[in-house]
Formats: sequence, structure tokens, C-alpha cells
Amino acid sequence: MAVVEEIRASSEALLSAKAPRKPANMGQIIRWLLLFGGGILMVMPIAYMISTSLKWPHEVYNVNLIPVEPTIENYTFVLEDGRFYGWFINSIIIATITTICNLLFDSLVGYTLCKFRFPGRYIIFIAILSTLMIPTEMLVIPWYLMSQQFGWLDTYWGIMFPGLMTAFGTFLMKQFFETVPDDFIEAARIDGLNELQIWWTVAMPLVKPALAALAIFVFLGNWTAFIWPLIVTNSVEMYTLPVGLSGFGDEADVAWELIMTGAAISTIPTLIVFLIFQRFIIRGVVMAGLKG
Amino acid sequence: MATLSLRQLTKTYEKTEVLHGIDLSIEDGEFVVFVGPSGCGKSTTLRLIAGLEEATSGDIEIAGRVVNNLEPKERDIAMVFQNYAIYPHMTVRKNIGFGLRTAKMSRADKEARIDEVAAILDMTELLSRKPSQLSGGQRQRVAIGRAMVRDPAVFLFDEPLSNLDAQLRTQMRLEIKKLHQRVGNTIVFVTHDQVEAMTMADRIVIMKDGHIQQVGTPDEVYHAPANTFVAQFIGAPSMNMLQGVGAEGGISLPSGIQFRGPLAPNGVPLVLGVRPDDLHLDDGEPLVEGQVAVREPLGHETLIYVTTQGGEIIAKADGRRPPDVGETVRLRARPDRVHIFDAATGQAIR
Ligand SMILES: Nc1ncnc2c1ncn2[C@@H]1O[C@H](COP(=O)(O)OP(=O)(O)OP(=O)(O)O)[C@@H](O)[C@H]1O
Ligand SMILES: [Mg+2]
Repeated sequence: MAVVEEIRASSEALLSAKAPRKPANMGQIIRWLLLFGGGILMVMPIAYMISTSLKWPHEVYNVNLIPVEPTIENYTFVLEDGRFYGWFINSIIIATITTICNLLFDSLVGYTLCKFRFPGRYIIFIAILSTLMIPTEMLVIPWYLMSQQFGWLDTYWGIMFPGLMTAFGTFLMKQFFETVPDDFIEAARIDGLNELQIWWTVAMPLVKPALAALAIFVFLGNWTAFIWPLIVTNSVEMYTLPVGLSGFGDEADVAWELIMTGAAISTIPTLIVFLIFQRFIIRGVVMAGLKG
Repeated sequence: MATLSLRQLTKTYEKTEVLHGIDLSIEDGEFVVFVGPSGCGKSTTLRLIAGLEEATSGDIEIAGRVVNNLEPKERDIAMVFQNYAIYPHMTVRKNIGFGLRTAKMSRADKEARIDEVAAILDMTELLSRKPSQLSGGQRQRVAIGRAMVRDPAVFLFDEPLSNLDAQLRTQMRLEIKKLHQRVGNTIVFVTHDQVEAMTMADRIVIMKDGHIQQVGTPDEVYHAPANTFVAQFIGAPSMNMLQGVGAEGGISLPSGIQFRGPLAPNGVPLVLGVRPDDLHLDDGEPLVEGQVAVREPLGHETLIYVTTQGGEIIAKADGRRPPDVGETVRLRARPDRVHIFDAATGQAIR
């Protein structure tokens, strides 16, 4: 809300300032124009996604933003196509479980690396970080061979296992646990809690903003993941949403209007996740501000 | 409630020994204050007692039981930290009750105990607040409440008042002392503020560089300091030190003045210590003589800085009629108020 108020104040000032008293306002106008341009750039793809989802197939390659003959035919088609629900559920299950696992495992490992002194601690941390430098494309083949050996091809587990823990999440959580004072942990130790209880009741609540950020990252990452789910799944029933959507149409022609419709629908869960967790992030920032 | 003893306790971090054999016995119900300059090992000693660090050698005994190999929770102690260590995400009630989480008590008993502690600390109406809605002094009281709730054998305090402003510190000092008189548990309190130590302690332990310098009641450490370090550390402004040499039946000072005092060996370099409070303007045979360089009026008295042959001396003069700056004054002390130390070892000679 504060942001809205701020924007309103400055835009009202801009609108009402017929004769700018201070020449410094020029700078502000330029700044606003730049931001406006940036905003347009960010919104364009989404606008085109929605616009295309409302077009008839013959109009798809027309660049106009407003469809000549708007239709919701695509939506009824996608929603009546039974496969869509299956993919949607698959994606929800996979993204949710992966997110929960990341929240638990990344923070456990991050906490351990941050708050315990043991030999090899630094080397383990560097080893975890170094995996950040390996691109997914390079890992896909070993993962595939491994899945084949273990019989994980075409299963939820096969889709999920590479992402149940991430180096990035571990790093993020470790950094955030640094902000939890050691006194808090020692006080709990004196009060008789074991290390797991301390992690859960003392440390975790204090890093909620980081957990929220991590949840958003991981959920979005898995929701939009394409290459690995495409490779590891064979049957149409196991497809995730992105994999399934890309298959709309036939060999001759890609049905963009249907893909865009599916994509538009599939942004809804990401919006929900973002709205839920974003509140924690903002509250965390506010709390930190009050303490400082 | 319990006794606490430390026997030849040492602690080594990596290769540096920071505690060199601490020996101390604390009586049941005693209020002991550890005081010393920064880095002297006060916190380390406290953390060893708490079980947060492992002793390198030596024994820690609580209530007649060697606790070296016990976890903190098994030692029956509670600790209050400098930064309070109360949890921002929990209400005051939850924070105070945190110490009871693992206690084998019924829920109702726990609630009753929390209410009792809150009543003692006079914060019943704050129980549903979050720490961010409390003042510094109130937060400190929550931290104390959290330690009290389990009624531990020994309370450990690590500089609990150092984050408070001067006025609040004085108030909390009194509250902690009253609390001790009321509950009577053994308390080990760490501070680097000698006023806190003097006002609260039954006995003071003065530490420096990982060694205990002296253990004694506030009276003892003030009136009979064991060495020059203790003499200068306790009391403000700190004790004046004059270099001298042992002479027939006393000390001869560089100014040529002979001080007749305790028998000192002939020709041995000595240090003569005298507190500003014990130096008086007097026309009789002086201990030191010099010119007033600076005056610091404090109202009821005035501190005067006197330049003498043996260095600068601080003395206290009457607040109403202090000597003028530049005036030559003669200062005298009662012989029994003068402390003599061996210049080489710093040890008191009595
Ligand atoms: N974890 C550690 N690793 C290495 N050295 C340490 C560690 N903790 C403390 N020390 C050293 O041990 C010595 C005593 O530290 P300690 O914290 O007990 O001092 P203190 O008397 O409590 O000082 P302060 O008044 O500043 O709190 C210091 O020289 C310190 O540098
Ligand atoms: Mg300390």
C-alpha cells in the first residue's frame, strides 16, 4: 500500500505540475519514463500470452495486441481436454513436494554448516557451492542413466529427485542463519532442547523471510522446469504442464493459441504461491527494520 | 540451591591457554561477581560452568557432583545472556515458559509457575506482548524470568546489564540484588564494571589474563587489595601509586619525604598506594606535596589533580572550599590507609 501511496503522490505531483518550479523535475520525468519503458517491456510477453489465448488460430501470427475477433474457445478446449488436468496435478504435486523438501533439507544443511564447527566443514561448503557452476544440460545425461538403472524413468520420483535439495538454497539458508545470534541457540541448549528442536523452534522461525524467498524460487523453478521432465517422462500421463503444453498441436503446426491458453491458466498457481509467501518477505523486512 | 566449586580449571582455544588453573569455592546461596578487564576470561569461565564449552582440564562441581561430562541441561543451571537471548517470535509468556519445555510438569503447573515468576518480576500485564513491544529493561526482566522459571541450582549472568543505560542499570542492579535476597539461589554474575561488582556481590572474584587476582568481600578487595592490579581496578577514581624505596622503618619517596609505615626491607623498590578518598589537605607532615593542576567539582566534593614530583596525584577536597588551581597543597593520609606493594611482583606487603 505504501508503494501505491508513493506512486500516487508523485504521479499526482507530475500531473498537476503545469509549470515545473524546479528544473530538477526533469530528472524525475526521465526516471519515470525509463521505469515506464521497463514496465512495458516486462508486461508485453504476458499481454501477448493473454491476447494470443483469446485469438482464433488463423489470427495467431498477427501481431496486433487486441484480437480482431476475441474468443474464449481456446479456454473451453483446453479445459475440456482431459489431459490438461492430469498435467496440472502432476506439476502441482512435483512443485509442492520439491518445495517442501528444499525448505527442510536446504535449511538443515545450511544450519549445520553455519552453526556447528566440525572438521571439513569449509570443504563441504565449497563442494556444495561448486555444483552451482555445472549447468543442468550437462547433468541431464548422467541423471537419465541413473534413473534408468534405478527404474525411476517415467515416475514422480524420477522427475523430482535432482531438485530435492539445491546448492543455491543451501547457500541462501546458511547466509541467513548467520543472522541468528549464537546466544539464542546456546540459551535453548541450556533450557534442555536437543539440536533438532533448536533448529525447528528457534532458528527456523527467525529465518522465515528467507524460507519464503526460497519457497518462491523453488516452486517457480519446478513449475516451469522443462528439459528434465521432458527427458525423464515417456507417457503422456506423467507429463508436467510445460511438457504437456508444448505438445499441443501436431507435427505440421504448433497450436500457439492453445499453448498460450494453457500457459495463462498455469500462471495462476504461481501467482497464488507468490501472494502467500510475499507477505512473509515483507513482514520479515519490516520486523528487521524495527529491531535495527 | 547448591555449592559450586572449580578446581584447577583450564581452557585452551586452539593453542592459546586462556584460563590458567582457576580455583574457587562458592557457598550455597552466595552472590559471587566475576570482574576484570575485557578478555580476561570471565565469560569463558561462565561458559565452562554452564557446559557450553568443554574444560581442557580441571573439575567443575555443582552441588557436590562433578559435572564436567554433563550436558548443560543436566547441570541444573540457568544463564542470562548479555543480549538477553529472548526470542523475538514468541510472546513474553512463551519466552518465560521456554525453560519449562522439557520439564516433566503438567500444563497447568507450568502456567502457574510462569504466572508466579511474572508476578515476582512485576510483569504480569506484559505476558502477551512480543519482545519488540518491550523496553530494554523489560526485555532484561523477561530474560531473568526465563532463567528463574526452572528454579535452577545456580544462576549464571553474563554482563546482563551492559546494554542498558546508566539509570536503568542502577535500577536493575538493585532489582537483581533484591531478587537474590528473595529466592536465595547461588548466583555467579559476570561484569566488567567494578561498581556493579562492589554493590551486588557477597564476594568478588577479580580476574586478569586468565588468572584469579583476588577473591574477597567488597570490603576486603577495597580495603586490603592483594596486589597493585586489584588496588587500581577497584575504586574510582583509582588508587594513586607512588614509586619509592624501602628505608629504615618505612619508605622513602622521590620527593625526599619519608613515610613511616609497615616495616619494609631496606633498599627494595616499593609502590605506595593511597586512595583519593584517603588523602586530605593538611598542614601537618605531608605524604605528598604539589600544585593543583585541575579541579573537577562533583558537588559534594571536588576532585583535585595535583602535580607532584612522583607524578600526578588525585585527591578529594571539600566541595565548598576547594583549593585554587595553581595553589600548592600538602596532602596527608592516615598510615593505616596506605597500601604498600612490592614493585617487582606487585604483591601487597602487610
Ligand atoms: N571461541 C574462541 N576461540 C578462540 N579464542 C577465544 C574464544 N572465545 C574466547 N577466546 C579468547 O579467550 C579470552 C577470554 O575471553 P572471554 O570472552 O572469556 O573474555 P571476557 O573476560 O568475557 O571479556 P569481555 O569483558 O570482553 O566479555 C580472550 O582473549 C578471547 O580472545
Ligand atoms: Mg564476556
